[in-house]
Amino acid sequence: MFGPAIIIFRETLEAALVLGIVAAATRGVDRRGLWLCLGVLAGLIGSAVIAGLTETIAHLADGSGQELFNAAVLGVAVLMLAWHHIWMASHGAELARDARHLGTAVKDGQRELSAIAILVALTVLREGAESVLFLHGMAMGGSSSLTDIFAGGALGLAGGAVIGMIMYLGLMRIPLRWFFSVTGALLVLLAAGLAGQMARFLIQADLIPALATPLWDTTSLLPTKSLLGSILHVLIGYESAPSGMQILFYAGTLAIIIGCSALVKRHQSEQLLKPTQA
Amino acid sequence: MNFRALFAALLFVPLCGFAADTEFTIVIKDHHFVPSEIRVPVGQKVKLIVENQDATPEEFESHELNREKIIAPKSKASIFIGPLKAGKYPFFGEFNQATARGVVIAE
Repeated sequence: MFGPAIIIFRETLEAALVLGIVAAATRGVDRRGLWLCLGVLAGLIGSAVIAGLTETIAHLADGSGQELFNAAVLGVAVLMLAWHHIWMASHGAELARDARHLGTAVKDGQRELSAIAILVALTVLREGAESVLFLHGMAMGGSSSLTDIFAGGALGLAGGAVIGMIMYLGLMRIPLRWFFSVTGALLVLLAAGLAGQMARFLIQADLIPALATPLWDTTSLLPTKSLLGSILHVLIGYESAPSGMQILFYAGTLAIIIGCSALVKRHQSEQLLKPTQA
Repeated sequence: MNFRALFAALLFVPLCGFAADTEFTIVIKDHHFVPSEIRVPVGQKVKLIVENQDATPEEFESHELNREKIIAPKSKASIFIGPLKAGKYPFFGEFNQATARGVVIAE
């Protein structure tokens, strides 16, 4: 029972942490609960579909279909996060002001929430499809009883959910003054980490060079698969043995998102300073 | 003149392609990797072909090689690794960690 529990816990952890962060980051936007639930639901359905298509995807692109699919999913997730951060650059002040008054919510946040829902769906899909494959394989293997597999899966899922909840509740305790700066920074780091993973899949498919492999190796200090390593992997994209190309993708994503947000912010304050004409 | 430089550069493209063609095949059978020890040349990109003969899926995973890939039941998948420095790079099957273990040795 604990074998499946640990694997499902690892798979759930990433999705749960991301959900915890975006649930906090969308605080004060109208109907966020509905959109987040939609994202999770779409991700669960997608997981089953993708798990069923594993062999078909694997055979695409000369045996590198899985890498291309993962890279595409990660790429879209990075775009959604970038969009969210740039949107926040122009609406953050408004959100922080409104969040002080209970019951008021930002009304034009629906398009922004659909981007968040897509991000949640893609995160659940990536981790969920692996869980479905693993559980299905175990059930087929016949060495453990179905009750054990089911109980283990449920236990792992519950464990992941608890960590996601702790993340959410912890973030909600941050004073409003810093709240959106903290969640914003977390989401930018998350985006950079996903971009690094995307690079890894493209290298694995031999589409881009790895440059230095690895650039450093801290596996003996903090393996990516340890609990702390896994959490840092999701939060800031920590990897114990990354290649040079991954670091390039990581730094490039950070620079582009932060740069674009700064431009939007400056443009906004210039607009505000301009004298209104007729 | 630029065209000539471009042409010269393009001439090297097929060479880069050939350089990656060192292939090694690993079979997954009864949740074991066969062979479980693979010796690859240092400083060269290598293509691992992993063939899963079991009826259940497996995930080829290695933190040291920085790779993970699901191998569907009864099918083959390719994974590019390296160029590696000399050393040992353990890998394992995430779905059957008790038995599915192996190591890539770059020398």
